[in-house]
Amino acid sequence: MLSPDEWQALRLSAKVALCATLLCLPLGTFAGWLLARREFRGKLLLETVVQLPMVLPPVVPGYALLMLLGTRGPVGHWLEQTFGIVLAFTWKGAVIASAVMAFPLLVQPVRVAFRIVDARLEQAATTLGATPWNAFLTVALPLALPGVLAGAILCFSRSLGEFGATMAFVGNIPGETRTLPLAIYSFMHVPDGEGAALRLAALSIALAVIALAASHWMTRRAERRLGYLDHPAPRA
Amino acid sequence: MLSFDLEFRRGEFRLHTTADIGAGATGICGPSGCGKSTLLALIAGLLRVDRGSMIFDGETLVDTATRVFVPAWQRHVALVFQDGQLFPHLSVEDNLLYGYRRRAPQARRFELKQVADLLEIGSLLARRPAQLSGGERQRVALGRALLYSPRLLLLDEPLASLDDRLKQQILPFLKRVKDETAIPMLYVSHTRSEVDYLAGRTLAMEAGRLLG
Repeated sequence: MLSPDEWQALRLSAKVALCATLLCLPLGTFAGWLLARREFRGKLLLETVVQLPMVLPPVVPGYALLMLLGTRGPVGHWLEQTFGIVLAFTWKGAVIASAVMAFPLLVQPVRVAFRIVDARLEQAATTLGATPWNAFLTVALPLALPGVLAGAILCFSRSLGEFGATMAFVGNIPGETRTLPLAIYSFMHVPDGEGAALRLAALSIALAVIALAASHWMTRRAERRLGYLDHPAPRA
Repeated sequence: MLSFDLEFRRGEFRLHTTADIGAGATGICGPSGCGKSTLLALIAGLLRVDRGSMIFDGETLVDTATRVFVPAWQRHVALVFQDGQLFPHLSVEDNLLYGYRRRAPQARRFELKQVADLLEIGSLLARRPAQLSGGERQRVALGRALLYSPRLLLLDEPLASLDDRLKQQILPFLKRVKDETAIPMLYVSHTRSEVDYLAGRTLAMEAGRLLG
C-alpha cells in the first residue's frame, strides 16, 4: 500500500517521536513536579522557558538550535570535538528538535496531575521512613501517573507532527531527517506526488486518532487502578 | 523523654513554647488555630523551627545553634493525621506495611497480624482506602503508624472527622494501643473529654504556647 519512500518516512517518524518522548519523560516529569510543588527563585523564568516553544514560530527554536548545536555552534562544536556526536542534519538532531517543541505539552498535564495529588500524602510517607525521593516514587508519581501518561502521548503526537523546527535545524534529507510531515511537504511539491501526499496525510490523521484514543484509554485505566473511578469525589 | 524549646513564625502566627514531656500518653488541648498541629509538625520534622532545640531520649533532633536537624524520615516519629492520609492507590495491607517495610527488621516491634487483631481490621486488608468508612480509615491509619514501630506516636485530632458514635467506638482502640504498646503518645485534640480519657497528663495550649 505504501511505497518504500513512504515506509521510510513512517519508520523514521516513529523512531524520532519515540526517542524524543523518552528523552522528555524524565525531564518533563521532574519539571512538572518542581513547578507544581516548589516555590523557588527563577520559577517564572523556568515556566517561561518551558512554554516558549509553544508560542514561538517553530522555525525560531529550530534556528536557535542550529546556532547553538550546529557544527559551528558553540555546543555543537564541542560535542563533535569531544564525543564525535553530530546533531545538525542527522536524525539525532531531529530528535532534539522534536523534544524541544513537544516538551511543554508533556510538562503541562504532568504539572496539573501533581497539583491534584495531596502534598500531605508525601509528608505522611516521610513520617513513615520514606526519603523525599522514595516518597516521590512510591506515592506522588503513581498517583500522578494518569497525567504523566496523557502528557507522554501528547508529547509523542506533537513529535510526530514536528515540522518547522526540524526543517530549520536538520533539513529535509530522505532517510535521515525526512519525517512524515516533511515527506508530505516534499510530495506536494513533486509532479505526481499527490497520491503519496494524500496517503501520508491520511496516515497522519489515523495515527493522531489512535494516539488520542490510547491516551484516553490509558488514563481511564490508570484512574480505575488508582481507585479514582470507584469514588469520583475525593474524600477529605 | 522529649524536651523542647521552639520558636516558629509564619506571617502573623507565632509559636514559642517549651515543655518536658514524659513517657505514657500526654494530651495537648486547645482551640483551633492555637498551634497544636504546627507543634506536632515541628516534632515530626515536617516543619523547621526558626530557633530552638529538641531532644528526644538523649538524642538531639533539632538544634539551631549547632545546625542539627534530623529529617522526618530518620526520626521514627509517626504522625496520625486528622483525615488519615491513607495512600489511595495502595490496598489497606500495603498501607499498613508502608512504614513497616522501611523500618530495620531488628527495630520492628509488631507484626501485621498482631496490629490487625488489635484494631480489628483483619478483614479489610484487601480493600482500597476509598472503600473504607471513616472509622475504619482512622483505625488503618493508626495501624500503619504502629507498624512503623515509632519511638513516639503523634496523634493530630485523629477523631475530629468522626461523629460522636464513631468516636466512642475508636477511643477504646486508642486506649488499647496506649496500654498494650507502651509507645509514648502525644495526643492533640480540642475536645477536653477525649484527652482526659486517654492521657495521664494534659497540657493546655493557647496562642502558640503550652501552659502547664
